Amino acid sequence: MARRLPHKDVAIVGLGWTGSILANELTDAGLEVMAIERGPWRAAATDFPPNYNQDELRYRIRHELFLQPSQTTFTFRNKMSERALPIRTWGAFMPPNGVGGGGVHWNAETWRFLPTDFALRTHLTKRYGAHFLPADMTIQDWGVTYAELEPHYDRFEYLCGTCGQAGNLQGKILEGGNPFEGPRSRPYPNPPQTQPFSHTLFAQAARQLGYKPFPQPSGNLSQAYRNPLGVRQGPCSYCGFCEWFGCGNYSKASPQTTILPVLVRKTNFTARDRCEVTRINVDASGRRATGVTFVDTSGQEWEQPADLVLLCAYTIFNVQLLMLSNIGQPYDPVSNRGVIGRNFTHQTISDVVSFFDPKKFIFNPFIASGAIGMCIDEFNGDNFDHGPHGFVGGGYMGQVQTNGRPIETTPVPPGTPKWGAKWKQAVKESYLSTTKPGTGVHGSMYSYRDVYLDLDPTYKDRFDRPLVRITMDFHENELKQNRFLTDRFAEIFQAMGARQMDKQYRRAPYDITDYQTTHLCGGAIMGTDPKTSALNRYLQSWDVPNLFVIGASAFPQNAGYNPTGTVAALAYWSAEAIRTRYLKSPGPLVHT
Amino acid sequence: MVFLDRQLAGAYGSAEGLYDRAPFIQGVEEQGPQSSKTPAQTYRAALQALDQYCREGRESGIPRGKRFAELAPEEQDEVLHGLEGGTVHLSEVDGKQFFTTLLKDMQDGFFADPIYGGNRDMCAWKMIGFPGARYDYRDWVSRHNERYPLPPVSIAGRADWTPGKR
Repeated sequence: MARRLPHKDVAIVGLGWTGSILANELTDAGLEVMAIERGPWRAAATDFPPNYNQDELRYRIRHELFLQPSQTTFTFRNKMSERALPIRTWGAFMPPNGVGGGGVHWNAETWRFLPTDFALRTHLTKRYGAHFLPADMTIQDWGVTYAELEPHYDRFEYLCGTCGQAGNLQGKILEGGNPFEGPRSRPYPNPPQTQPFSHTLFAQAARQLGYKPFPQPSGNLSQAYRNPLGVRQGPCSYCGFCEWFGCGNYSKASPQTTILPVLVRKTNFTARDRCEVTRINVDASGRRATGVTFVDTSGQEWEQPADLVLLCAYTIFNVQLLMLSNIGQPYDPVSNRGVIGRNFTHQTISDVVSFFDPKKFIFNPFIASGAIGMCIDEFNGDNFDHGPHGFVGGGYMGQVQTNGRPIETTPVPPGTPKWGAKWKQAVKESYLSTTKPGTGVHGSMYSYRDVYLDLDPTYKDRFDRPLVRITMDFHENELKQNRFLTDRFAEIFQAMGARQMDKQYRRAPYDITDYQTTHLCGGAIMGTDPKTSALNRYLQSWDVPNLFVIGASAFPQNAGYNPTGTVAALAYWSAEAIRTRYLKSPGPLVHT
Repeated sequence: MVFLDRQLAGAYGSAEGLYDRAPFIQGVEEQGPQSSKTPAQTYRAALQALDQYCREGRESGIPRGKRFAELAPEEQDEVLHGLEGGTVHLSEVDGKQFFTTLLKDMQDGFFADPIYGGNRDMCAWKMIGFPGARYDYRDWVSRHNERYPLPPVSIAGRADWTPGKR
């Protein structure tokens, strides 16, 4: 029997980036806020200290900081005609777990989307004609513009102390930055990180080929910084144990190092960790959330009543909670009706591994950070004429190698035996003179009618609730995009002086065992039409006005960039709408 | 070997944290592993099957009459290549899949921190020039194309940090 807790103004599901941002904004507005996080509390000083954090087996291979599939997982199939099977061990993506969410283990690559990304269908139709888009591509406009989000991108970057070189400052294109970016109102808060050898050489080669390389925007700090909340970070030491790991050096932006020190001191904020929200409760009308129900570690069920409910969990879990709480019409790909589960996307990633003469090149790959890198954006979004190529979309590419950790990063030339004396010899010869960017080509994935989420008919979680079923495969548009981008990428390593290259194109079918970033998006998308979106442009549920669903789950399709910057900008944008409009007059913010 | 024994005796071996609910149905490769066996169970079954194969030589028609460990090195290599290539078939175990797992586990142990039992004296790290658990490269990030001169360090330190040790 669920026990009822005292009322709160706001219940927040999940205490990662969006939960922390929203909790801080709404406690500032004087509200009583309760955040409920499924995973454990994590603190930078005690959970990932620099005396044992550098443990590749523990954190990169055994994934100690991540969600365990035994707690919950998803099922997966490529096509609707197949039977979905459980993801028994993670592969293609790795959901976070615990306070701080993905903000603990991320690379801290902090990008903005392009202005055209937000009005994608309108823009592409205008430029190329509707016939140029595949008939089953379901891309949509977001309902919000880059210009509206700009102050919120800026806010997140100054919260984190993001390090970079502005490329477009209020319309003026600046040398050394990304000439394609949307206009920013002011420079980055910190200068770019120092680039190691191979990253620098890549930029030189890119320049020779006529491209405009720039440093990847980094949440690994280039110098000591105090953010507007008064929270301090130290300078990154390029340890090479960044993504997959927490940073006990206080030099990677995370909720722990930017917001939580301020948030936890507020008397109107409470957090419950190791408590899993199992459903959002709604009243008899179905149009008003009354709070959430969660289960603690002893198995006891609790009811947290609240006037405002914010879903701030990881992408798929936001969608799952809507489905299990019967909020919004579930998407049916056959009839093409419904909204919950539609427009689910990932990223189209590939790499080029390049081998150089060990007598001439010493790259020291172990000297790196999670967001180090020199990139070019010529082939992202609609930054180039797609007419001759027969596909849409694109991505940034760069020498963004983050590590020389030996279990993961001991490349050998293609054709080398996988074991034995010849393998050892090749590993030894190649280790210091090979470039392996990792997510070197970071391409978009647009949305399709037959790529979606729903509830699995067979497999259940530890509470006997249905797991979410992922139906996902690559479409020819993304495969074409990737072939083109990967070839352009390889040309730059050729110009760098590589003597041998291994071009690792992304191929179909989509493989759940092969890691391709954790940038899952969509399923509860924002938009202007309740028939094709779950949320309005403020991320407010069309069906339940006192429910907001914040996260990458709101993206109608994914762009060719890491999503966190845009996730955080949307969180600030939504928080502003709640503070300045919703709280004064609770109800739908958009009328159709 | 120490590494593998410890791993199989621990969380990795018991598949702790993995989703282990039924039904167990074999799907396509892209759907990932679907076995109901834990790594420890898989290893036990595979090693038994491997010895049986070597003794009875069923597929190749060449009964060797010996367990794997008793074979000559070239014969061992031949069996391993056969497992890797899928020409050696084990009874009730997917030999190719087992070889992939074995190879991955061996390489994990070879390159992991020595605290896990493999990579003794950081030999693998010394072989490639990886400085180990070092943390601060701020003085080195701008020193391009220069060999990093310092020896590797483990989470447990270095052998020559222990007083009186030679």
